[in-house]
Amino acid sequence: MTIRQGMLALLAEEPAHCYHLRVRFEERTGGTWPLNIGQVYTTVQRLVRDGLVETVPVEELAPVGSATARSAETSGSAESKSGADDGAPRGSAPQDVEQFRLTTAGRAAVDSWWATPVVRGTPGRDELAIKVALAVTSPGVDVRAIIQTQRTETMRALRDYTRLAGEQGSDLTWALVLDNLVFTTEAEVRWLDHVEARIARAGGGR
Amino acid sequence: MSAPVLLRMAGVARVHGQGEAAVHALRGINLEVRLGELVAVMGPSGSGKSTLLTLAGGLDTPTEGTVELAGEELSGLDQNRRARLRRRGVGYVFQDFNLIPALTAAENISLPRELDGISARKARREALAALEEVGLREVADRFPEEMSGGQRQRVAIARALVGPRRLLLADEPTGALDSLTGEDVMRILRARIDAGAAGLLVTHEARFAAWADRTVFLRDGVVVDSTGDRPGAESLLAVRPRA
Repeated sequence: MTIRQGMLALLAEEPAHCYHLRVRFEERTGGTWPLNIGQVYTTVQRLVRDGLVETVPVEELAPVGSATARSAETSGSAESKSGADDGAPRGSAPQDVEQFRLTTAGRAAVDSWWATPVVRGTPGRDELAIKVALAVTSPGVDVRAIIQTQRTETMRALRDYTRLAGEQGSDLTWALVLDNLVFTTEAEVRWLDHVEARIARAGGGR
Repeated sequence: MSAPVLLRMAGVARVHGQGEAAVHALRGINLEVRLGELVAVMGPSGSGKSTLLTLAGGLDTPTEGTVELAGEELSGLDQNRRARLRRRGVGYVFQDFNLIPALTAAENISLPRELDGISARKARREALAALEEVGLREVADRFPEEMSGGQRQRVAIARALVGPRRLLLADEPTGALDSLTGEDVMRILRARIDAGAAGLLVTHEARFAAWADRTVFLRDGVVVDSTGDRPGAESLLAVRPRA
């Protein structure tokens, strides 16, 4: 999910300050994708430029103590893991900054996002895939050893994610985030198994 | 202090056949499983996983090396004593549950205890307690066909650790279950191990092997690596949400 679409989805619920957007984004994604306030501010400015978001006129501003403000003020999540670099005030939301809301076009963009599958697009450069691909054709490299070393490390990660999942309570958001990590890591193990079998079949099990 | 070792395999090898036709199913296996520990075994088909499980449970004997269960070396026992130790000490969980269709859940669990010579009443009491521990007290009088796959496997886990049995040997226990049910079964299995048993889990599914304390990898009958049981990288724990 891009930050842009995340911000639009949150603004579809209610108008908010950039500060609150950051806090709520982290709360809603299990704290797995921390943002700094600069990223949020830049994203919202671009959404305003594109006509998807607008500033709430001063006379329509939500009163202090609204649901959003309360959420931010009571949440420990406001203390971002990446937060040391953003210079944002701690513990309470700044009251003298702009509030933003969706325009009609912005609401349509959110509806369209929910209705459209995520396109995988061009795969990013994956160090492991590149490493294995190069190892297969590099003389004197023990590919099976490389695969086994990686499999052990990936299994270790999978075990740790599974332990975290076992410790989690009834927080559905956090459970879904962990499930994603578990399934992604499992896929890597399965891919390594497959690579090993394919190399063995090709007679290149060196 | 470390928990006591329940299963110890030292220098274990198993060769099928002789001469040129000999197949080395396992070679130089050294493995310890302690009480409270679950060890997963992974490896491609033909790597020796099932042979390892068979030897660990005393259903077969190694051609080299020793297998000790609760301090007793299995190959040093005559057939009857080995069978008794196996019946009292080891429980199995299979992919296809292996429950007897004509017996209820409680009867499936109490049968091996009755074969051990304890009274039917005491065996039933133990069976009900075992069902309670896997959260299935309510299915005690149901037949296997009246239960879901997940319930059947939980009954099998209860049977595997009924009475004094402490070593659980599981061969693809989640193979016939959907993703969430498989997870439920692993959670129960893990809890039963944590409560004072030891387990050896053969699986080809990394996601379920991840419930183990460590995973050993077999290839061509040899242990090629192990995850060890040290905690994971700090970076992993960084994904944990703040309280």
